[in-house]
Formats: sequence, C-alpha cells, structure tokens
Amino acid sequence: MTTDVKKKPAAETGTERRLNMIEAINEALDVKLAEDPDVIVMGEDVGYFGGVFRATAGLQEKHGKTRVFDTPISECGIIGVAVGMGAYGLRPVPEIQFADYIYPGLDQLISEAARLRYRSAAEYIAPMTVRSPFGGGIFGGQTHSQSPEAIFAHVSGLKTVIPATPYDAKGLLISCIEDNDPVIFFEPKRIYNGPFSGYYDKPVEPWKRFDSSIVPEGHYTIPLGKARIAREGEAMTVLAYGTMVHVAEAVCEEKGIDADILDLRTIVPLDIEAIEASVEKTGKCLIVHEATRTSGFGAELSALVTERCFYHLEAPVERVTGFDTPYPHSLEWAYFPGPVRIGEAIDKLMEA
Amino acid sequence: MADRPEGSAKQGSNKPALELHVPEPTYRPGDPVDFAHITVPEAGKQPRPDENCEAIETSPLCYDLVRVLGDDNKAHGPWDPKLDAETLRTMMRNFAMVRAFDERMFRGQRQGKTSFYMKCTGEEATSISAAMALASDDMVFPSYRQQGILITRGYPLIEMINQIYSNKGDKLKGRQLPIMYSSREHSFFSISGNLATQTPQAVGWAMASAIKGDSRIAATWVGEGSTAEGDFHSACTFATVYNAPVILNVINNQWAISSFSGFAGAERTTFAARALGYGLAGIRVDGNDPLAVYAAEKWAADRARANGGPTLIEHFTYRAEGHSTSDDPSGYRSAQERDEWPLGDPVMRLKRHLIEIGEWSEEQQEELDRKCVEEVKAVTKEAEKNGILGHGLHHPFRTMFEDVFEELPWHLKEQSEQAIRERETKFPEGRPGA
Repeated sequence: MTTDVKKKPAAETGTERRLNMIEAINEALDVKLAEDPDVIVMGEDVGYFGGVFRATAGLQEKHGKTRVFDTPISECGIIGVAVGMGAYGLRPVPEIQFADYIYPGLDQLISEAARLRYRSAAEYIAPMTVRSPFGGGIFGGQTHSQSPEAIFAHVSGLKTVIPATPYDAKGLLISCIEDNDPVIFFEPKRIYNGPFSGYYDKPVEPWKRFDSSIVPEGHYTIPLGKARIAREGEAMTVLAYGTMVHVAEAVCEEKGIDADILDLRTIVPLDIEAIEASVEKTGKCLIVHEATRTSGFGAELSALVTERCFYHLEAPVERVTGFDTPYPHSLEWAYFPGPVRIGEAIDKLMEA
Repeated sequence: MADRPEGSAKQGSNKPALELHVPEPTYRPGDPVDFAHITVPEAGKQPRPDENCEAIETSPLCYDLVRVLGDDNKAHGPWDPKLDAETLRTMMRNFAMVRAFDERMFRGQRQGKTSFYMKCTGEEATSISAAMALASDDMVFPSYRQQGILITRGYPLIEMINQIYSNKGDKLKGRQLPIMYSSREHSFFSISGNLATQTPQAVGWAMASAIKGDSRIAATWVGEGSTAEGDFHSACTFATVYNAPVILNVINNQWAISSFSGFAGAERTTFAARALGYGLAGIRVDGNDPLAVYAAEKWAADRARANGGPTLIEHFTYRAEGHSTSDDPSGYRSAQERDEWPLGDPVMRLKRHLIEIGEWSEEQQEELDRKCVEEVKAVTKEAEKNGILGHGLHHPFRTMFEDVFEELPWHLKEQSEQAIRERETKFPEGRPGA
C-alpha cells in the first residue's frame, strides 16, 4: 500500500500553499504544540533564536518558553531528560542540531528510550521524536554531513523516519510525534530549500516549483511504514530515501530509464510489501543511499530483496552508496553518490 | 617513548620525569584495618541552614558529615528530624524486612532458584530512611540497590520475588535481570542496569512536573563509582540550569565492584562537593545514621517542593557485602573493613536509639526479625508456585516479541512465528508455559 502525493489535489484541504521543508517541519511542530499541551520542543538554539536551520522559528514566542526552550550543549542530557519527560507523560520533541552530534546521546537512545517499553512491560514508554538534520552536500565536512541511519535501524525498539518532500515532512513528523514509540526523524538538510538533482554546479530549484511542496494547513498524518511511489515504471526498482530519491529521479529522467522509484520514507518499520511488489514487477533492483556502504541500510535492503524476491530477479541487486571513508570537506562531491555512480549502476542493471 | 616534535627538549634534560598516579585503596586482603583517617565529627554539631537558603550556603556541609545519632544513641542537634516513635518503629520494620528479604534471596540464588541477586546490607538507611522522607507519590529513579524503597512503599514482596525468579508471575514478563524492578503504581521507575542513565531521566521527570505546575518532585540514586559517567554530569547541569525539583542521591559505599571510590575521585574531594561547581545545594550525610539520612532527604525535598531547586546528597556509607552474588570481595579488599567501619551499622544504630528512648526492647527486635523471616519464607513459597528461573514456568514465547514496539511490525511477526516453530520442533509433545 502506497500513497502518491502528486495525485493529491491541493483544493481538498483549502488554499494551495507551497512550503519548503523547513517551513513544513516548523508547521508540524506548531500544529502539535497547539493541539497537545504535552508536546514540548527543546534543543540547542531552538528557543528564542529558532534553531540554526530555523525549523523552530517563532515557536517559543507563540507557545511560551516552558514549551519551546534551549538546552545545554549535551546530547546525552537532551535525550536523557526526554526519557524522563516521557515517563511523566509528556511528548518531547528534542532536536539534535546535527545527526553527527547524536553519538553522546546513544546510550540514552539505544539502552533507555528504545528498551523502556520492553523492559518495563509497557509500564513506562518513551514517546519522543528526535529530530536531526543529516546528510551531506552542504560542505559540512566530516562532522556535519554524516548519515547514521543504519545505526538506529539496527536497534530494536527505535523507528527511523526520513522525509523527502515538504508534504511528507509535515505529515510524517506529526505521525512521529503522535506515535507512542521513540522515533528518529532525520531531515535531509541538502533538500531543506529544494530537491537536489545531484548536479551540485546547478542552482537549487526551490521547492515551490514542485507539487510535493503543496502542504495543507492544519493537521494531517502520513502513516509510518508506508513507502511513496516517487515515480512509476517498469524497467527497474530503485529503493531510496531522503535526498537520494531526488538524485535517483533526476538520473533516471536524464537517462530515459522507466524506473519504479520507491521513496521508503521510514526504514523501520519498512514497507516490505511495496518493495516486494515493485521488484516482482521489474525484476531488477537498485538501492541508493548516501551513507557509508559497509553495513549500511542498503545491505539490509539488498538481503531482503534477495531473500524474498530471488526468483523474480534478472540481475544481481546493485547498491550505490557513499564510500567507506569519513565525509571529506574538499572532496565532498567525489564522495557523494552522484549521477556518475548511479548512472554506472543503472547501466549495469540495464545491460544484464 | 613517543617521538617528540623537532626542536623540543630532549629526554634527559633537567626537567623531572612525570609520574602517573594510579589510585590504590588503603587495605587489601589480609591487611589489618584502621579507619582512623576517616574523620567522624560529633553528632549534632553540623549547622542546618534554612531549606530556602542560597545553594552556596550549603558549601560547608559538602565537606562535613551531617550526623544526628551520637555514641550515646540519642538524637542531637538541629538536624534531629524529631520523628515520633511510631515512625521510628515503621522504619525499623522496613529495615528488618529488607534484611530478611536479602538473606532469603541471596540463599535462593545459591540454591539455583535464580541467576543473580544484590544485597543492600549496611546501606539500608540510604533507601529506606530517604524514601520515608519523600511523599509516596514523589517519583524515584533508583539504581540497583534500592530495594528498600519498594519495601517502604508497600510493594508486595511476592511481586519482587516473581521478578527475581523471572517466573510466570513476573510482571516484567521475565525480560529483566533479577532485581531490576519497575512499578508505576509505586512511582518507582524501571531500573535500567546501565549505570547513571537514570540521573538525567529523573531531572527530566522533575522538569516535566515543573512544566505542568505539579507538586510532585523526583529523586534519583546513583553509586559513587558511576558519578564518573557523563550522564551524571548532564543530570547536574540540567538540574541546575532549569532549577529542577529533584534530589540527586549519591550512595558512596566506598566500592564499585573491586574499584574503590578513589577511581571516581574520592582521594581529592568529597562527592557532595561536586554540588559546588554546578551551583547545586549539597549535603554530605552519615549514610548509616537513619535519622540524619531522613533529615537530609526531607530538607532537600522541602527545598525542591518550594521551588528552591535541586540538592545533591552524598550518603557516606559502606557496602558490607559483595557487589552481587557474582562477586567475591575477599579477592580485593580486607575482610576486616566491614567490622571496623567507623559509622557502624544502620539497623543496629536505629535499634539502640529506639531502646535508648524507651520505645523498643531486644525482645521486640527478636520478635520483629523472626516475623520478617517467617513472612519472607511464606511469600517465597507462594512465589515458587509460579516457578523458578529455568524451570519452564516462564511467560509464553510470543511475549518475547511484544512491547518492542506498541504494535508488532511485520518483521517481528515473522520472527515470532519462527520462535514458535522452533519450540514445536524441540518439544513436539508440547510443554507447559508455551
């Protein structure tokens, strides 16, 4: 079961408004803060200033400083207090300023938030949504560019969500905040302002030129665990999420490949039905992510497709990923899995 | 020696060679013990500032030791909480019950009824007397040696034993290591097993209570050894930044498994003094003095409840037994330490005080101890009907997959089906508890 945002008429929910991803995220937070007095937003620089990427701009002024506030520079503390707040009955939405900074909070996420429901037999839960910008392509160097989603996908008890459009960002974030399990919400910062084709030398096309930036006002949700068909086709299945959905789309467009592109949206839980249906239809599978290759989430996807769709496959599954190195500052575009790397893999699959 | 950058002074210049200090405890196995170096101030001599004082005014208390019960077994000075005899007898009943419970569970582990147990012998006051100073709905975030809180709050012994046996009556469905209790009904947070993680969580709960304008406060317990964890630093920072209504209890029982408190910094300063750098109120209390522990905890609770902010309390005590049933302290510390501990035993001190004030007798103590032993024995037998660890009376297989998430996703459904297939292969005739 999948949904296709392009088919959603804007008129259905009122005036057509086009937002970029930051505005959509800000609106999701605003909607939940207004609706639910138990929602609180906190993180480094998120209060008065409104966040280094402006995702929380205006929220403190509107909802008050005990609902939206700055925190000490302590990811362990931010996640740790969020666990305690969840035990009290709040729904904290902490921001970790960059995904690269999340590691000091890992014990609180992996050993505490993710396990609390299980170890207490559901006496206590950790209904938190950890928002964090991730991914490269902004000259962030090796500490502002990483994509650590596979670390979280490996942990039982955590959900991991990655939006690829403003419409999805708002609907998915509202779903995450309403979810009773801890969720990691990674925001692909390269596409905050517009989708990215992979051609870094071309100017960014703003979101408002794309229909997936039509964002309804007020409350709506997109269920976790349901993929989006970004492009329907027959030639091959492309599995991607975040920034790479757009890069894959652009490359397929350029090469004239009739690909079936699935935007996974959430990697845990994963929409296995959509993946199976697509691979059974196309017989070929390309997996694209920006994260490092070894033990990346692509390895899991490749294994699942091979285990479950082997007799439908006409060629070995292809993976296109970042290299197994830190994200280098000056050689960012040599690292990034751009059109050349993706194109090569597509050619290989098409020749098979 | 590591290479030096070119141009830096060569080894052998007249600069002294640097030395690394690796802490060493005063006594090792077989050593005669003399704790003369531990300063034990006279009971009743420590000043008691107003609960609403500035945090800085508590600084002298961070290097002192708040004591109420003197060598004469009487209560002295401004910290005397002036508890009525009935409350003192309740405290004694909780002490006796925890001791009887610890004895029985320790033996149960040795008899193979469970995998693991941890006693709190010698540290009873730091949980029982402290918990009695809190409101029953104040939220506690304990570490693993605070069974006294549950007993104080009237948590049924059978639930504790079911959990320790991981049997089919275990409310935690056999998922947690023994003694890692959880009881929302008793405002007792789920014990992690990872160290110090509960400290920022307690602060977060307290922040939430303040955000909501509630009147309940939070309290957490952490061993002196695990104050070295970053979580504890985060907890202190967040507590002070948001003036959170929380009490941070540091149980300095001198030993973290085989590492003495020096490996957490005790050679240089007190744990209470950590409060000063953060701007928290701090108190160092004789953790084996039940009245002093009660008074310090009450002071901190009253302060927190009046929006006066957080307090860090160091309970100076001694871990009289091994770290757990998996530990043998005779391999790393002198067996004499326990007998020579200058602050005595909290249970004996309370008993002598009750007798001194004419509210108790040796006969009553014997009667109480006997009753507690009998009650624990009877409840243990009852719990054993639900099974003991490894004897089949566990929770059904499918429960292994529940509560990972609120709803079961497809991959866990598939794995659950596999677990059931495996069971059918192993036990084709079926087996109880399946």
